[in-house]
Amino acid sequence: MDELYRDQILEHYKRPHNFGRLDEYDLEFEDTNPFCGDEQHVFIKLDDEGRVSAVSFEGQGCAISTAATSLLTDELVGMTREELLRLPKEKVLDLLGIEISATRMKCAMLGLKVVKSASLGEPADWEDEGEAGDPAEAGSI
Amino acid sequence: MGTVASDSTAARAAGLDVERIRKSFPTLSRMIGSEPLAYLDSGASAQRVLASIEAVDRYERRHHANVHRGSHTLSGEATDAYEGARATVADHLGAVDRREIVFVRNATEAINLVARAWGGANVAAGDRIVLTEMEHHSNIVPWQQLAAATGATIDWVGTDDDGELIRDQLEAALDRGPKIVAITHLSNVLGTLNPVAEIAAMAHDAGALILVDGAQSMPKMAVDVTGLGVDFYAVTGHKAYGPTGIGALWARLDLLGEMPPFLGGGSMIRKVTKEGFTCADPPAKFEAGTPAIAQAIGMAAALRWLDMIGMGPVLAHEREITAYALARLAEVPGLRVYGPPAAPERVGPVSFEVDGIHPHDVAEILDRHGVAVRAGHHCAQPLMQRLGVAATARASFGVYTTTAEIDALIAGIEDARRIFGA
Repeated sequence: MDELYRDQILEHYKRPHNFGRLDEYDLEFEDTNPFCGDEQHVFIKLDDEGRVSAVSFEGQGCAISTAATSLLTDELVGMTREELLRLPKEKVLDLLGIEISATRMKCAMLGLKVVKSASLGEPADWEDEGEAGDPAEAGSI
Repeated sequence: MGTVASDSTAARAAGLDVERIRKSFPTLSRMIGSEPLAYLDSGASAQRVLASIEAVDRYERRHHANVHRGSHTLSGEATDAYEGARATVADHLGAVDRREIVFVRNATEAINLVARAWGGANVAAGDRIVLTEMEHHSNIVPWQQLAAATGATIDWVGTDDDGELIRDQLEAALDRGPKIVAITHLSNVLGTLNPVAEIAAMAHDAGALILVDGAQSMPKMAVDVTGLGVDFYAVTGHKAYGPTGIGALWARLDLLGEMPPFLGGGSMIRKVTKEGFTCADPPAKFEAGTPAIAQAIGMAAALRWLDMIGMGPVLAHEREITAYALARLAEVPGLRVYGPPAAPERVGPVSFEVDGIHPHDVAEILDRHGVAVRAGHHCAQPLMQRLGVAATARASFGVYTTTAEIDALIAGIEDARRIFGA
């Protein structure tokens, strides 16, 4: 009945995968969603070839941000830092499999932003969907 | 619900005909999907009253020109309307002289003006500034900027578990001889109403000035800056049923006279030469550039409308609706309200947390019920840290809020609990 809060999303919210702090890690980054103050901290362990061997995250967030990062971190093992940096936003949207409104896009993308920032070692250059502004929208109301 | 007054009873007791008042707010007839809008986000921005919309429209259609500039008819009409708006704001706030009102963009700009202009001239390294834990970022960051620029120190007054200021901490901070105390009149998160008159007297006894953030209080209660005995009072138009882009700083005229200007440009000067400039008298001294003329007129029209309704009945209605909301929220299992407990004088906003459901998700599900609330940190992150949360959901009320809208809020929260299995 409820598309946004379907079982898969709620399941990942209540029991997020890869949740907690790795004992040993090579990359980490923490960022917040300035809109609501939600925080996520991502930890990444690399193997000898520079590929992700383990990943985890912690923090507090809404169902969308928590489920998105839970789903995303399931996909990262085996990737190089370059591959992490190339991950498109669509990847997260595909994993969530639901329509995300402009107001919730920041929630959905927080984990991906933090993963990319961890790979870079600095805040990733970022523009959220819906922030660019569409003149047609301004004219339509 | 049983024991709680019905809509008509609440409205009668308050002396407000809420159904009639709602007809003065076009937005309130909106549907959100298939649900009627229940707008419980007036603390973020209130809906526009028709009297204000029409005053702006009349001005834009018939009277617009720049103010204080030309000798032609339109400029004269625009100037009269703009200065009339200043007189209205002065009257509404209990100012003794309309020159004590400086028009600014919003309460944030009013506080920045004081921190930059007064603070820059009067605060130095080693001086102390007193803030409270419940301040909005707009009454924190300008003082942090001032402290960083001057080497002054900020002392914080904490809040107790009921969301009230901790008196001992206030007294201790005042004992250190601060230059200024900056405090909110009504917390935008907790609904705590601070005893501003008493704190003003305490601040003055300690040799400090006091600035009050009145963004939340002005729409809900009669404010008398002279009676409160404060030095600076910051207000905004859009939380008081008027337009965005307009607010006002009230300040004692002698302070405005002594303060250096804030922004430089047209209107704020007496004379400019290649060698320098001299300042105009207040309030022009602080109003560089062409002001938000239509918006000032719109703000004044909204305040005149409030004065016609009467701030006494407005406050009584705010109290009634807050009491009803607190009673209904108390029925929801696993729901925690932050701020002072229910009491006859308690006013909104009401911040709450539902066990196991993030405030964002609560707000999203409420939106499907047509209920608009704010979820987030409410620009009060130090307070969120004190409460130990990243965010809360907040329902805030206005002259048009009905008990039926509170019932829709409760139904929406119950739906969120069902979806999340909480």
